[in-house]
Amino acid sequence: MTSAYAFAALFYAAAALLVGGLAYKIYDFARTPAPLKIPTTPAPTTRGGVALRLLREVALFESLFRSNLWLWLFGILFHGALLLVLARHLRYFTEPVWAPVIWLQPFGIYAGLAMAVALAALWARRFLVERIRYISTPSDHLMLALLLGIGATGLGMKFFMHTDVVAVKAYFLGLLRFDIQPLPAHPGLYLHLILVALLMAVFPFSKLLHAPGVFFSPTRNQVDDPREKRHLAPWAAKLES
Amino acid sequence: MAAPEFAVPELKEYPVIPILKADAMAAAKPYVASAPMNEALGFPGELVADWEERAVAKLGELLQKYRSLKVYLDACVHCGACTDKCHYFLGTGDPKNMPVARQDLLRSVYRRHFTPAGKLFPKLVGAKDLTRDMLEDWYKYYNQCSECRRCSLFCPYGIDTAEITMAAKEILDAVGYGQKYTNEIIGKVHRVGNNLGLPPAALADTLEGLEEDIKADTGVDVRLPLDEAGAEVLLITPSADFFAEPHVDSLVGYAKVFHAAGIRWTLSSKASEAGNFGMFIGSYDQLRRIALRVREAALELGVKRIVVGECGHAWRVAYSFWNTLTGIGAGGNDPFALQLQKQLDQRYKQPSHICEVTYDLIRRGALKFDKEANDHRIVTFHDSCNVARGSRMGDAPGGQFEIPRAIIRAVANHYVEMAPGTTHEQTFCCGGGGGLLTDELLELRVKGASPRMEALKQVADSDGVNFMATICAICKAQFTKVLPYYHFDRSMIGGVHQLVSTAIRLGA
Repeated sequence: MTSAYAFAALFYAAAALLVGGLAYKIYDFARTPAPLKIPTTPAPTTRGGVALRLLREVALFESLFRSNLWLWLFGILFHGALLLVLARHLRYFTEPVWAPVIWLQPFGIYAGLAMAVALAALWARRFLVERIRYISTPSDHLMLALLLGIGATGLGMKFFMHTDVVAVKAYFLGLLRFDIQPLPAHPGLYLHLILVALLMAVFPFSKLLHAPGVFFSPTRNQVDDPREKRHLAPWAAKLES
Repeated sequence: MAAPEFAVPELKEYPVIPILKADAMAAAKPYVASAPMNEALGFPGELVADWEERAVAKLGELLQKYRSLKVYLDACVHCGACTDKCHYFLGTGDPKNMPVARQDLLRSVYRRHFTPAGKLFPKLVGAKDLTRDMLEDWYKYYNQCSECRRCSLFCPYGIDTAEITMAAKEILDAVGYGQKYTNEIIGKVHRVGNNLGLPPAALADTLEGLEEDIKADTGVDVRLPLDEAGAEVLLITPSADFFAEPHVDSLVGYAKVFHAAGIRWTLSSKASEAGNFGMFIGSYDQLRRIALRVREAALELGVKRIVVGECGHAWRVAYSFWNTLTGIGAGGNDPFALQLQKQLDQRYKQPSHICEVTYDLIRRGALKFDKEANDHRIVTFHDSCNVARGSRMGDAPGGQFEIPRAIIRAVANHYVEMAPGTTHEQTFCCGGGGGLLTDELLELRVKGASPRMEALKQVADSDGVNFMATICAICKAQFTKVLPYYHFDRSMIGGVHQLVSTAIRLGA
């Protein structure tokens, strides 16, 4: 039970960092004014158009598609696969498991494999393409290693070293109710969970801030209507008085 | 022309991404502004002793004022989508001219001073202290960005290097390390009224001379009025239009359009400049003060419409920022904005681009043309970056691309597009924008022009294109200078209203 309590502490701490850190960053982005209209044109002229632009950006990676097809392919493959994998993992947190989650279980497995392939390709770029090698920092490599490690340990438990998933589920359902249950002693599982907790913890302090950031990007979220509406930030308005 | 002291890039048939040449442009450094130039703008005269502290403090201040800066410094994932999109990188191969690397010069210092990860594990996340070398890199490489925003189009998060560059330039000015070309010109605009330092009397003489030239050419009395109260239209145009070639030909074109349409218009000696270099140095204060001259002139002259001439960054400032800065626009509900917005005729877009005015008149059949007059020209159109990616014309997205082209098609018979990926929103900067149009940066300007030159050469070879029209004073000046390096005739570049001027029927 020691390990069960240790992991419980780890996950509560990681979740607190993730939620608290992210909430702070979102608050900070939201409170900082955008004093000038700077949408990259051709930009939508209505709020609805902006919502659609952001949706295309988030769901289809529209700008990246224009930019670099290989990068777009591996980028969208990774993010799409991660989404499916996360959805598949909902079975550990819900009882009874929702029907769509049951339905997508096999796809989640393929997605796990696709995710690993995409991550490997994205990592290869950092070594093989001179320009990308130049801009890569150690944290860029570590982030890919972290994600790939999570994928590899997860796939490892699926295909090679099974763990007691019923017990794992009982553990996480307990965690949600603050009622700590036993956690199977399994090195692959321990590693998987440590890496996941690490990912949660570093999220608000790393480049993973691109996720909330894209919604706050003035070049993407502003309406192109500067001649029709007067746009004035509070600190700029003070200059007029 | 003397042989250049640098190798002019070879134009290739297909675009090729260069291999990295570290520090290829490390010697390109524009002159530093002198103490009087800086002090006139309220900046410290020279690099202050405690520049490091002041620079970090200024960065902290800007992070509170600009969401763009805050989000863009945090959101980059180093994906590299932008790495092959900058014309300066494509032309020079210097890795610090890759947009992400240029941003990282500031981002690394941001991480070191403003993020927990950079404070605790600087090496891990690429956080760096602001050393003298770093400050020098800021000065050099933020003065090798024309703020054209091509990278922001391709970034999955819309990260706009121009926003980062503007912040960096604002920090440099705050520590007394501003750039001569921009700061000297901003001083002139405040002192004399325009970037070129043309005093009102000389301006009046120039306009009179132009009236005589038009009379000699066409036999028609076309007026170029100055400071005429009660005119319907106030035209705000870049001061290069008053005497630089080929700019002046477009000014003649605007005058002929107003004449043919019977619109009473005027120029202003107080606001004899559309350009606003406050944007280039990222200073909201300067941007606003320069723009307020236009508001004052409009109120004094009692005009009903404000129209902007062919100038790329000026149109961005006018279209995107004037309503914010000066109330020139619509939809204001505060006394400051209403004072002007009540005076302006809201049946027209305020401000309007001269191309919107001409296009509207063409659609209403108010202008007639002899298109054959332009038959010696095979025309292509260079979209200027600030018009293409920072503004709009007309009612629908993309009007800034369609309207100038529609005008060209209405006044000339031979029109050819350059390769997709080099026009419209993906257009390449001329290589001289953003406050870099200065001779000590000639190597950068020539090399940065190479992607556009490559596209131009294609259509020159395939279709015999001999005229590249554009609607930006900086593009015109830059191309006039760099075209010969690529064995083109410098008179290939000209304005859209130069074509209008050639074909328009006066007194029809």
